[in-house]
Amino acid sequence: MIDRIREEARQRFAELGYPTTHDEEWRFTSVAPIARTNFEPSGAGPRPAAGSQPAHISKLSEASVEPYLARYASYQNNAFVALNTANFEDGLFIHIPRGAVIEEPIEIVIQSSANGHPTVSHPRILIVAEPGSQATIIEKYEGVASSPYFTNSVTELIAGDNAVIDHYKLQTESDRAFHVATLQVQLGRDTNFRSHSLSFGGALVRNDVTAVLSEGSECTLNGLYLVNGGQHIDNHTTIDHAKPHAASHELYKGILDGKSSAVFNGKILVRKDAQKTDAKQTNKNLVLSEESVINTKPELQIHADDVRCTHGATIGQLDAEGIFYLQSRGIGRVEARNLLIVAFARDIVDRIKVAPLRDRLEMLLLEKLHGSRN
Amino acid sequence: MSLLEIKNLHATVAGREILKGIDLSINAGEVHAIMGPNGSGKSTLAQVLAGRDLYQVTAGEVTYDGKDLLEMSPEDRAREGVFMAFQYPVEIPGVSNLYFLKGGLNAIRKHQGLPDLDAMDFLALVKEKMALMEMDQSLLNRAVNTGFSGGEKKRNEIFQMAVLEPKLAILDETDSGLDIDALKIVANGVNALRNPARAMIVVTHYQRLLNYIVPDFVHVLAEGRIVKSGGKELALELEESGYADMVETA
Repeated sequence: MIDRIREEARQRFAELGYPTTHDEEWRFTSVAPIARTNFEPSGAGPRPAAGSQPAHISKLSEASVEPYLARYASYQNNAFVALNTANFEDGLFIHIPRGAVIEEPIEIVIQSSANGHPTVSHPRILIVAEPGSQATIIEKYEGVASSPYFTNSVTELIAGDNAVIDHYKLQTESDRAFHVATLQVQLGRDTNFRSHSLSFGGALVRNDVTAVLSEGSECTLNGLYLVNGGQHIDNHTTIDHAKPHAASHELYKGILDGKSSAVFNGKILVRKDAQKTDAKQTNKNLVLSEESVINTKPELQIHADDVRCTHGATIGQLDAEGIFYLQSRGIGRVEARNLLIVAFARDIVDRIKVAPLRDRLEMLLLEKLHGSRN
Repeated sequence: MSLLEIKNLHATVAGREILKGIDLSINAGEVHAIMGPNGSGKSTLAQVLAGRDLYQVTAGEVTYDGKDLLEMSPEDRAREGVFMAFQYPVEIPGVSNLYFLKGGLNAIRKHQGLPDLDAMDFLALVKEKMALMEMDQSLLNRAVNTGFSGGEKKRNEIFQMAVLEPKLAILDETDSGLDIDALKIVANGVNALRNPARAMIVVTHYQRLLNYIVPDFVHVLAEGRIVKSGGKELALELEESGYADMVETA
């Protein structure tokens, strides 16, 4: 079964090839540097973090995952999903039993390295939350490398009716990384799902988050990206309001410094049956350098007539008056700037319910800001 | 030697000259009111003294406590004891009032060679000063000035001044837009901070404030110059005759 899917995916990737900037979905992100590099498999796969809940985690190869695996993330339409599906070595299966309430976050680490020759890994994670369950899952992508490496991950998350799931993805890859990550989410009736995508590292980063909602689903997509130097990050999100009475709230915030560039493309699809949809999308960008570039685009496709959909995008600079106000109370200029930058990210930071992760995020923000100045 | 000595101060904003030769000498312990019509340069003077880089000083000098004030960054002025209460206090979403004030106070203390105030002592200090300003303690955990009413913002300014204890306080139209009750609270707060070591510059458009904060000297500013100086009775004179006469006779 798995072998057949792998073979199909392999064939499909051979047909699709890597996307180019002629492809609308990849207009502002060129993956040519990935396409022209000869990578060797690194074998880096997802593993449970020390002290995490191994009770709910098994290897994909040791679990009966056929009803779910590769049935949600489409390898027919997405070259990187096809590439992952054809090549993942072994992944993790996280299974939250019916009605279970897991208090401790389940933490997965994907640690890459490349020294000497370029390497590639295709981390694969399948999360199935049975009806009525509640859990928090954290994926951490890290890397230490002197050579380029490519992380191409796919996570499928299926939440049963009335499940409550928080998903965090903290990406702190090294500056040699190409990082392409797909999160495909299928939500049952009356589910409450929150995604937090936090991106700091990588030379070339692409995140695809797609959520398909059912009746009464509530879906929150939070995102924060901080890029400097020559970093490029592309966040593509799709919220598919397939059924009525679902709500989605999306807030992505970006901080750009140096010669970095960022893309935000937020698609909201409201299908014909999805009456009473309530969708709100916001993308805010703080641009610290005249040399950074941001492309932000809402993409609303609304086929129902009794819905509320709002979207907004802003691109702004630090408030000079705010900096002066802080200085006038004795706070130094650099610290005043950093305070305002962290303040910009505050609402995303405050939405993180896992305290150690929230602290880590604040630290990462400050560390990177100090790095930017030097 | 006076605490603040302003000599022939000229300043421009976007190439337009606003201050056209200000001379002013202020001693510790004194309260000076600066009055004048809209557009006379009152707020520009306050902002130049605080170090706002929107304004370019084109001539003149300002000596504060024996040092060249104009050479100092805004934060160094604050650390040396200069405080301006803003005419329009700035909203800073995402930074709590408490965090902001603690950052400022500890930066100033560090400059003075003092250790950081610990959390307990800081909270005790802040509560005492909030009581002085009749402020609700819930404002401490709110973002700086964000969603504050006009009166709350102005009280927050004087509250900050009470915590930071400057040597030179510049109040830029702190009375504008306040109802009489709020005005009295602000004036009480300011009066409680009057002492022989501290000087104050009270910039106002309205004589009313000076009924509550009684100045030692009153200066009338018009078209970028001080056109008349006198004692507190000058404010009453202005109330009677308005600015027009004074500006014309200048």
